[in-house]
Amino acid sequence: MERPLTQHIRPDRSPLSISEYEKTGGYQAARKALKTMDPKSVTDTVINATLRGRGGAGFSTGRKWSFIPKDAPPQRYLVVNADEMEPGTFKDRLLLEGNPHQLIEGMIIAAFAIQADTAYIFLRRAYRLAAARLEKALAEARAAGYLGKNIFGSGRSLEIHVHMSAGRYICGEETALINALEGRRANPRSKPPFPQISGLFGKPTIVNNVETLCNVPHIIGKGVDWFKSLALTEDGGTKLYGASGKVKKPGLWELPLGTSAREILEEHAGGMRDGLKFKGLLPGGASTDFLVEKHLDLPMDFNALGAAGSRLGTGTMIVMDDRTCPVGFVHNLIRFFAQESCGWCTPCREGLPWVEKTLAAIEAGKGKDGDVEILEMHAKALGMGNTYCALAPGAMEPLASALLYFRDDFTRHIKEQGCPWR
Amino acid sequence: MLSVEEKQEIAKMLEACPMPRAGCIEALTVVQRHRGWVSDEGVIDVAALLGMTPAEVDSVATFYNFIFRGPVGRHVVLLCDSISCWVMGYENLLDHLKTKLGVEPGGTSADGRFTLLPNVCLGACDEAPAMMVDDELYGRLTPAKIDEILERYP
Repeated sequence: MERPLTQHIRPDRSPLSISEYEKTGGYQAARKALKTMDPKSVTDTVINATLRGRGGAGFSTGRKWSFIPKDAPPQRYLVVNADEMEPGTFKDRLLLEGNPHQLIEGMIIAAFAIQADTAYIFLRRAYRLAAARLEKALAEARAAGYLGKNIFGSGRSLEIHVHMSAGRYICGEETALINALEGRRANPRSKPPFPQISGLFGKPTIVNNVETLCNVPHIIGKGVDWFKSLALTEDGGTKLYGASGKVKKPGLWELPLGTSAREILEEHAGGMRDGLKFKGLLPGGASTDFLVEKHLDLPMDFNALGAAGSRLGTGTMIVMDDRTCPVGFVHNLIRFFAQESCGWCTPCREGLPWVEKTLAAIEAGKGKDGDVEILEMHAKALGMGNTYCALAPGAMEPLASALLYFRDDFTRHIKEQGCPWR
Repeated sequence: MLSVEEKQEIAKMLEACPMPRAGCIEALTVVQRHRGWVSDEGVIDVAALLGMTPAEVDSVATFYNFIFRGPVGRHVVLLCDSISCWVMGYENLLDHLKTKLGVEPGGTSADGRFTLLPNVCLGACDEAPAMMVDDELYGRLTPAKIDEILERYP
């Protein structure tokens, strides 16, 4: 089993220097792209490789690049979304800390494909170690002539800047991220215009996730067929899958895209801790719908989880055991979303705190008849299409699915006027 | 008034920005690094430098979790309160820290040593429960381990 993204990352995560990275074949793909390919053929290769965004939305990466208008002015921007703030998600940290040059190489190729000469890495402030290692790697790449003017003699230039986010979950939403990069409050912007047309400082802008871009050098280096052969499913590549919660071995593993939830949970995470039973899991971070026992043999990929009413999201699962209260679990999630709502649109700003208060009351034994129906009403009212961005709809995914699978646990709280788990 | 050092550091950060106001978050970060937090005076100083109104700068400063608009202790304890850490025992650790430091969340201990801030997911879910003290991340916490860690921060 090949693990292109992580095979050279050391167990202690100490980062590869530029010479160590080059010994693994590093920067060869960037050379190949800039010296022997044109931007369109790079983009087409990434489209044909069926690389889909690894930040949560799963959009075709190459197609996103291709949306920059042919006649757009020369000033364009590439932005790396390294704001990993989705609760339960810790995958990009590994790539940033363990092999920063892999990301830089992916950026060089992506910037060439969209013909951008300026790129930003939007990094969450809690990732101090990643910031230090990125800055060091960027300095090494500059010194080697891989950044700056006339890279590999191709005539292309690229400057990369790191922006340390001041911290807000909504910054992960691409248009909010762009506002933050412009020094503003990170409210999302209305789309259209999409960032590919008018983004950072009004210029065409591509925002890609860290893991997404780390795949790019491997696609260019080894080709479309190889990349597609890595996966067990119709979309190509590997995926960083993770597991947290009361499993025996929480962690992160690079596996073929489409590995089953059961394999990740039982083989890689070692199953539940002794004395605990599996009750449910969120497959890809806090804003994904619960999966339960009957779903465990599904491939963890975009289409299969979509068909099961959930999403692959970030691919890092949060596991819930039978000794953890589902109401408390969902309450914690909603508290996060209510706190992190940017306040821009009314349903999210007003609705999420109301849901949070309702859940808090149920959990504290003060639930009333009709509370479950109030929660259900919100799950619809804050759903996709009713809010300015996807934050509130994402928050409703674990709530709506918990009401579907664990409804009895909610009603029991109300009937017994207390939490049976406490 | 911004100090010479503050001005120099902000000027360096503004090199990556096509317009001064795009460096608003960076400028606030510099001020906070030098003064520990961003006071009204800090907001006014940054506004004057970037050609913004104090209200505009304050609207940015109050939006973000890591810009402190109130004084903090010598060290900031960021205890992760998100889902994986909650499952792994966050509530017990919060109670322990509240008792140990004699503060509610957001408060600063009487000796000015620690400010306790629950913080959203720190991206260390496989090491849950986790916290950061200043720039350092600590995982697999227990009350005893927290005690031992805090000893390192005078």
